[in-house]
Amino acid sequence: MINALALQFFQITLIVAIAPLVVGITRKVRARLLRRRGPPLQQVYYDLWKLMHKEAVLAHNASWVYRSAPYLVFAATWVAAGLVPTYATGLLFSWSADLIAIVALLGTARFALALAGMDVGTAFGGIGSSREMMIASLAEPAMLLIAFTVALIAGTTQLSAIATVFITAETGLRVSLGLALLGLIVVGIAENARIPIDNPATHLELTMVHEAMVLEYSGRHLAMIEAAAAVKLVLYFSLIACLFFPFGIATGDKTVATLAIGVGSYLFKMAVFAVLLPIAETSVAKMRVFRYPAFLGGAFAAAALAVFLRFVSRGF
Amino acid sequence: MPSLWFDIAHLFAGGVLVLSLVLLYQDRVTAAINVFALQAITLALSVGWQAFIQSEPLLLVTALLALTVKGFVIPTALHRIVRRLDIHREVEQVIGGGATMLAGLALVALSILLLQPVGGGGDVVSHEDIAFALGVVLLGLLMMITRHNAVTQVIGFMSLENGLILAATGARGMPLVVEISVAFSVLIAFIVFGVFVFRIRERFDTVDVTVLERFRGERRDQA
Repeated sequence: MINALALQFFQITLIVAIAPLVVGITRKVRARLLRRRGPPLQQVYYDLWKLMHKEAVLAHNASWVYRSAPYLVFAATWVAAGLVPTYATGLLFSWSADLIAIVALLGTARFALALAGMDVGTAFGGIGSSREMMIASLAEPAMLLIAFTVALIAGTTQLSAIATVFITAETGLRVSLGLALLGLIVVGIAENARIPIDNPATHLELTMVHEAMVLEYSGRHLAMIEAAAAVKLVLYFSLIACLFFPFGIATGDKTVATLAIGVGSYLFKMAVFAVLLPIAETSVAKMRVFRYPAFLGGAFAAAALAVFLRFVSRGF
Repeated sequence: MPSLWFDIAHLFAGGVLVLSLVLLYQDRVTAAINVFALQAITLALSVGWQAFIQSEPLLLVTALLALTVKGFVIPTALHRIVRRLDIHREVEQVIGGGATMLAGLALVALSILLLQPVGGGGDVVSHEDIAFALGVVLLGLLMMITRHNAVTQVIGFMSLENGLILAATGARGMPLVVEISVAFSVLIAFIVFGVFVFRIRERFDTVDVTVLERFRGERRDQA
């Protein structure tokens, strides 16, 4: 019992500990690709530390929604991240929620952030919230269809069980899985406010989505939001890793050797994804807001097709 | 049959269907031609794999025909036509992009549902192939009726024919004579289309077929 609790606790701390580093790697690689030197890898930790110690400035008309939202966002994202199998399956908390619950937790975080964006009543917050909701309304159906696809193949929506099925059983080459992976990547890009949907580094009013919502935040509130964004990125990386690249993950009995392999392969996968993301980002241009439905609709179509194809080959 | 064999057959046949939907999603003529070429190549791989599984060397001829004619010759010719017509930069106005995609998905679901009760005795690969092929045929038809541009309509027709080949190879191969005559007729149709497209352009200075409808007096909106 104590052992299981310790393993679960290790997963939760691991995710938060490496989240700023993963963001640091993406920024570094992106800077190098643009022929700049870029900040050091640990810069994100410094930034968070600095923000934690700065004064939090509040607008006069800010209500409790505005003040509590950063903590709510971080808490919901963190809980969701703790439920995704990272280095081992069947951890203590993993049975308390499935993939759909994780989607719901992320939805809660987004809801709180959108409310906070509108709370102070600035124009930027409003436009950011409205765009964020538009993106969410397009991305969430696709995400749920992806969840259905993997659930249909594995026979369960429990992430730990899905990962175990994919790593042990003969699922074979499936067009459905490829389509689901494609859809999940597009949804992940949209949800994490990356190019081509949103640019995390911009402060140009026409293109801001996520940044517009959190424009008024400062100090420890901003630190919470930035940390939540980093954790969310790691969450999506972990989700892709455990669903589609589950090799190395520790299943069954947890000895020191399997756990070490699990942690090592998990860190390796995170680093690979953190390098691949900026490469993809630098090769495309930011999209116009009116093109989002076509882009995310493509993800939806891919996910829907994945479900259909799963049905045609069912029972064969 | 080893499961890996089935998996690869499934992968290629599914790929043809997926590329059909991708084709529906394209709004640039050149991109549509490239996707069409990719679909033909995937089809050739699928047919070639079937030839290997069913050990029918005649299917290899079908695969080669699909690969050379539809994978390379027709796309190259289409590229040349598009360049001569000077529409290779044009972004086509697809009638309701989102609605078309939903309709396409519904058609795929329909073809799978239709084939669901048929199964049973037959072997699984052919069953799945026919479901996918029906989807490809329906998507080709959908592409033909939702596009204004004559060139993309031709691409829709060609991709429809891809579906026919997929269906025929899944069902224990079709006679080579039939296959060759179909390929030949498609080539003839392509030449006719090519001439036709240039005739349309000569008369109306565009390959947008809504102009034709207006000319025939079927539509009386903006001149």
